[in-house]
Amino acid sequence: MDSKKGKAEVNVLLGTRKGVFILQSDRRRRAWKMKGPFLQSSPVFHMAFDPRDGKTIYAAVNSGHFGPTVQRSRNFGKTWENAEKPPRFPESSGLNVENVWHVEPGLADEPDTVYAGVAPGALFRSEDGGSSWEMNQGLNNHPSRAEWQPGAGGLCLHSIVLDPSRPKRMYVGISAVGVFKSEDAGETWGVKNKNVRADFAPDKYPEFGQCVHKLVMDPKKPDNLYQQNHCGVYRTSDAAESWVEISKGLPSTFGFPMAIHPHDSERFYVMPEEGDFFRVMANKEFAVYETENAGRTWMKRTKGMPKEKAYVGSYREGLATDQLDPVGVYAATRMGHLFHSADEGKSWRLIAQWLPPIYSVSTATIT
Amino acid sequence: MSVKVKIPAALRQYTQNQSDLQVDASTVEETLQKLDRLFPGLRSFILNESNELRRYVNIFVNGKDIRAGEGITTKLKEGDQVRIVPAVAGG
Repeated sequence: MDSKKGKAEVNVLLGTRKGVFILQSDRRRRAWKMKGPFLQSSPVFHMAFDPRDGKTIYAAVNSGHFGPTVQRSRNFGKTWENAEKPPRFPESSGLNVENVWHVEPGLADEPDTVYAGVAPGALFRSEDGGSSWEMNQGLNNHPSRAEWQPGAGGLCLHSIVLDPSRPKRMYVGISAVGVFKSEDAGETWGVKNKNVRADFAPDKYPEFGQCVHKLVMDPKKPDNLYQQNHCGVYRTSDAAESWVEISKGLPSTFGFPMAIHPHDSERFYVMPEEGDFFRVMANKEFAVYETENAGRTWMKRTKGMPKEKAYVGSYREGLATDQLDPVGVYAATRMGHLFHSADEGKSWRLIAQWLPPIYSVSTATIT
Repeated sequence: MSVKVKIPAALRQYTQNQSDLQVDASTVEETLQKLDRLFPGLRSFILNESNELRRYVNIFVNGKDIRAGEGITTKLKEGDQVRIVPAVAGG
């Protein structure tokens, strides 16, 4: 793909408290057209575009009345199909799915595989494009499970990271348990929280019990992963065997969303917040922080952002990038604003406002 | 025996926009199973995996709340009306 030339379309998928909105633009990303709401009134925690077929969108839908499910659209929101067998625990488990937090299409060589992360603390897999779902037994039967404690949002499995260079390797992030890694396509799982701090726990460096908020992978160096944790931003360069804190240079250690630059290694974005008990932008300043060197140094990006004090924050899926060159970056707020940068974070402008609280922003780049 | 089922507006997107259905069933539970065969996934919006009525969903049989009676094992007679009603949420 030559993302600098030719016709391209960017779709920005917004999962909100009241349904789905989709913003569309061409590759210049100057004018935006909004469609929706789709799935009106349904809280949508996350959406994912499936690059394998170039048309399917998955949505993690959590109705207050009718419970959680995964829905699929093959025409950018016009019509939706509900899972015939949504993610559900076996009756014998005594567990009930509370919410679906994340949906993740599988790797390129498994075109019908989709993953879903749910609360309480479980991974589901579909092998038929999201129509039916099966619980991952290995994670559910993990020996540490009886001691898992939920974060403020529940025991949510919110991050699912697949390694395209090693198809059997995958990672999940669970609040407030930590990062788990599988080397056998999810049959067995290892706890991977070495050197990650849990300031709120009696033992600051437990084996598990860390509160990971978001986990992402460096697409050019898959052994490099980054996590925004309750207690800092961390990097691993050995496939999560050990972690190094990279919060120095950020205004706080707390925050939720992260977005990776799709083309440049070691480059990603975060949005720090004041802290656990005051979840607004750090220093009340609406800002995205960018690193180009895996967190060794950080740049504050505020050009074009509002100058007023910002008593607002962003949910864990509130940052995203598109696939174009230059890369577009999207930052959503809990108050229904969407900011966009068409120059990789250097400058920003507001492209949507007065929406319901935005739970997630993700992109579909069509070339 | 044939019973009538009233589908609330919020669930009609999953029943091809049909509000009134008719199924053969002798209990509420069987009614929901039959509905799920007609519209796969519909049952999961009404019951959780522990087979319990979702907290904010009510079912009335001929105007009586099944929670006050036998729950989803409530027996049905020919011509009974099963009405699925989302609870009023909010203050």
